[in-house]
Amino acid sequence: MRAAVITFPGSNCDRDLVRGFALAGFETVSVWHKETSLPSGIDVVGLPGGFSYGDYLRCGAIAAQSPICQDVAAHAARGGYVLGICNGFQVLTETGLLPGALMRNAGLKFVCRSVPLEVINRESAFTSGFGSQTEISLPVAHHDGNYRADADTLSQLEAEGRVAFRYASPVNGSDNDIAGILSANGRVLGMMPHPERAVEALHGNQDGAAVFSGLAASFVAA
Amino acid sequence: MKAVVHVMLKAGVLDPQGEAVKSALGGLGFAGVNGVRQGKRIELDLDDDTSEAQVTEMCEKLLANTVIESYRIELEG
Repeated sequence: MRAAVITFPGSNCDRDLVRGFALAGFETVSVWHKETSLPSGIDVVGLPGGFSYGDYLRCGAIAAQSPICQDVAAHAARGGYVLGICNGFQVLTETGLLPGALMRNAGLKFVCRSVPLEVINRESAFTSGFGSQTEISLPVAHHDGNYRADADTLSQLEAEGRVAFRYASPVNGSDNDIAGILSANGRVLGMMPHPERAVEALHGNQDGAAVFSGLAASFVAA
Repeated sequence: MKAVVHVMLKAGVLDPQGEAVKSALGGLGFAGVNGVRQGKRIELDLDDDTSEAQVTEMCEKLLANTVIESYRIELEG
């Protein structure tokens, strides 16, 4: 059970994400964005939060062109798991691994606080760890988390159960208050809230741990 | 040669920054501002044998996110 966390120039949640995976029992390696291939035997790739390339051009746009991202796309195409958090979610939409786009928050302000979330899809490997718990709280910290997609894409996401998390009340103007979405095969999750910042007692909130433990359990079950 | 790429949010995509600029203009007393859309102008200094198709590819791959943005290319001699 191995996880790789990619570090881009400007990533700042990469070590937190390594810790999140490690606490759930993953053997975790950090991978620099200039690498052209993932280490062998990687089950999950983590794309961390931060400000890759200073958010120049568009958030995540330049990171999405990094050498390693081609192999991340190949990993996803093989049915591998990918977890993109915050800037990592932006990278996933820029690579096209997830639909839609993340735009400037409707209120134009950087939002940095814990927000209540609803767990909508509770069957994916990333969300099954929440069990019957449907209301959780996680920190958000972003300026560009306003999820936008065309009407057809939104209805498809809703109909296929691909909305993983929804803000319990509006945070950034996202369509349908979407906080996280899954790929068609349920193995790529992008989310703006930070589960890795809520995984141990000292964080004061451990709601995020279920993302990592649920994923770990899905490997054990398999 | 030079190329100028204009990147704009597509019609129908909410532009929160444009809306804020519109509201600020109203606050300054400018009447009759019915809409503001904010975009990007990207200037490229290119080898003379660069084709428009190559600039289009640059737009598609990186300069614009065609999910939400449209682009227009102007080539200058």
